[in-house]
Amino acid sequence: MNYTFIALVENKPGVLNRVASLFRRRNFNIESLAVGRTENPEVSRMTVVVDCPNGDMDAHKIEANLYKLVNVIDVQDVTHQPSVTRDLALIKIKVGPERRAEVNGLAEIFRARIVDVAADSVIVEITGTEDKIEGMIELLRPIGIVEMVRTGQVSMTRGVNDGVRRVPGVNGHRYEDVSELAAMTP
Amino acid sequence: MKKSGAEILWECLVREGVEVVFGYPGGANMPIYDAMLSYPVHHVLVRHEQGAAHMADGYARASGKVGVAMATSGPGATNLVTGICTAMMDSVPVVFITGQVAAHLIGGDAFQETDVTGITLPITKHNYLVTRATEIAEVVREAFYIARSGRPGPVLIDICKNAQIEQTEFVYPEEVKLPGYQPVSHAPKDQLQDAVRLIEKANKPVILCGHGVLMSRAEEALMQFAVKTQTPVASTLLGLGAFPASHPLSLGMMGMHGEVHTNLAIQNSDLILAFGMRFDDRVTGTLKTYAPRAKKIQIEIDPSEVHKNVFVDVPLVGDLNTVLTDLIPLVDEYDHDEWIQEINGWKTEADARSIMNWPEDGKLHVAHLIADIWKSTGGGAIISTDVGQHQMWAAQYYFLDKPNRWITSGGAGTMGFGLPSAIGAWFAHKDQEIWAIAGDGGFQMTAAELTTAVQEGANVKVAIMNNNFLGMVRQWQEFFFEKRYSAVNMLTPDFVKLAEAHGVPARLVTKHGEVGEAIEWARKTHGPVVLEFRVEQEEAVYPMVPQGAALDQMIQRPARA
Repeated sequence: MNYTFIALVENKPGVLNRVASLFRRRNFNIESLAVGRTENPEVSRMTVVVDCPNGDMDAHKIEANLYKLVNVIDVQDVTHQPSVTRDLALIKIKVGPERRAEVNGLAEIFRARIVDVAADSVIVEITGTEDKIEGMIELLRPIGIVEMVRTGQVSMTRGVNDGVRRVPGVNGHRYEDVSELAAMTP
Repeated sequence: MKKSGAEILWECLVREGVEVVFGYPGGANMPIYDAMLSYPVHHVLVRHEQGAAHMADGYARASGKVGVAMATSGPGATNLVTGICTAMMDSVPVVFITGQVAAHLIGGDAFQETDVTGITLPITKHNYLVTRATEIAEVVREAFYIARSGRPGPVLIDICKNAQIEQTEFVYPEEVKLPGYQPVSHAPKDQLQDAVRLIEKANKPVILCGHGVLMSRAEEALMQFAVKTQTPVASTLLGLGAFPASHPLSLGMMGMHGEVHTNLAIQNSDLILAFGMRFDDRVTGTLKTYAPRAKKIQIEIDPSEVHKNVFVDVPLVGDLNTVLTDLIPLVDEYDHDEWIQEINGWKTEADARSIMNWPEDGKLHVAHLIADIWKSTGGGAIISTDVGQHQMWAAQYYFLDKPNRWITSGGAGTMGFGLPSAIGAWFAHKDQEIWAIAGDGGFQMTAAELTTAVQEGANVKVAIMNNNFLGMVRQWQEFFFEKRYSAVNMLTPDFVKLAEAHGVPARLVTKHGEVGEAIEWARKTHGPVVLEFRVEQEEAVYPMVPQGAALDQMIQRPARA
């Protein structure tokens, strides 16, 4: 099953490599990884989707190992938490004027947008959960997808972050106050 | 006042209390070596960078301080890799400082350029690439803090040559700012209570004492806890010495070559108290049948070690000494006389087969030699070992009553570790007797460091257990590959001549009658000494839990006809 982790990391060179290397070393397969800046220039945010064949036990291992990295400030396993999840895809479809309307119709249903039209192709932009995007791809495939790019999943939990860092390796969900983090967290 | 990056490095090292560094100069770290001359730090010139890494490691293990090793870029740095990995696997605090080509040359395959931070990423606790002099003070401060705090480990600093030369204002950072690095110390109170409830109910408890006891300096707390709760103490290979071997509650070493009664105690226990140990496959045997009736409490500073191999009922994440000190007042006094008698029964049975009870047969057995060295040194020497059969025999028969005198490569199992780590330990305790015990295979891997020992006057006694075999591999081939010996027969040089060529007094011992006198001669002779023992060639270490077998399925020493 896929688990989703949000990691806040120091915005320093090589940190992405450290995180990626950790997953490789512990033999976990990354399904999706999205990295970007946050409102704090010193902090980057990663959303990592990882296949965890052993469920929560694997998730615990990943969380605990991520915390071992000196540059990792905070890790949250949001798999079972109420959160908003988005993925963005650009899909280029080989289509002439005769079937453009069909694509247009599909885009409307999925609340996608046609962002570019050429003589023999269009580019559709779709934002949403992975399921929604997969659904649209399935319908566009028979028409003829020639190119596709996806940003990878980004996630955000609902409500205001309580600014505490969870110490993993402890039964149940126990928390420890971390004042420095509160200063750095959104 | 402005200083060069190299000077700033030494300013910081001196402030960290560094008195000795082990290293090798080269093109990319020449400014560091030039600046070194102005600082009160002793440099030990090794013969191979691997030696520097192991010396810094041995120094750290014996002193409890952070060891420092240095090398130049490229091959200098890659030669450190085995030693870095060794320190990582055994959580030893060592700071490695490598030179790197100038920042503007990075990525251009310059002469002796290697991506050292990339190579060492998975085998360091943390590492740094420093491209400007302004970064050095902060990085060095952080590196030492990271190396020694929490679960200790090696940290590497790769410093570009331009950063060593550049002049900048030296400001020593007041404090370390690491928002993502916060080692825990106390375990939550309610979890301590959970642990106490399990301890109250236990009838057959066993403490598994690991390296963490030594790293956390929790020997006294362990003693208090063990005595108060009357709980027997088994030790991992790296935990030896943390609990006195002569104490009535001591069970000795557990695991693949652990004592029979120790492994039986673990398998039959109803409560395991894992103190600073990580359930390595060499101590558990197959996990399917590991301590099946036991509840498990694990005190561990590294959250990623909890539930890693063995699911524990109560994890106490924190500094071992702190957590134990919190725990001791919460537990009552118990007696487990019946349980201890049961264990002693197994011990008596196993002792009947002990090699120590063999009649004199004129041959040299490593176990006997270790016991002879133990007797001769009164059990008080610092013992470093290489890796293999002799290492296991040393663990079994050099009974340690005091901590930090046992220097051995456990997790990595690095051959060639023995001699250099003993030299490193000597720099930590020049007044103590130090023995390096090695096999003929491992000794040859780093034998060149004999010259280093001579150059430094390191008072290290080297005992080579020469069986002309890679003994442990031979033993596995005997047991598990139908005695099809493959690449284990080893021609050895004349070790006495080899030692003498290095200027090291040496003796060959082939007969049992010569042993005692040779050991005394080595002890009396000042400076490095080599003793070569021609030992029984095809002897096996017993007991042995075959890989993948249950911990109580031991191959025991055949009874002697």
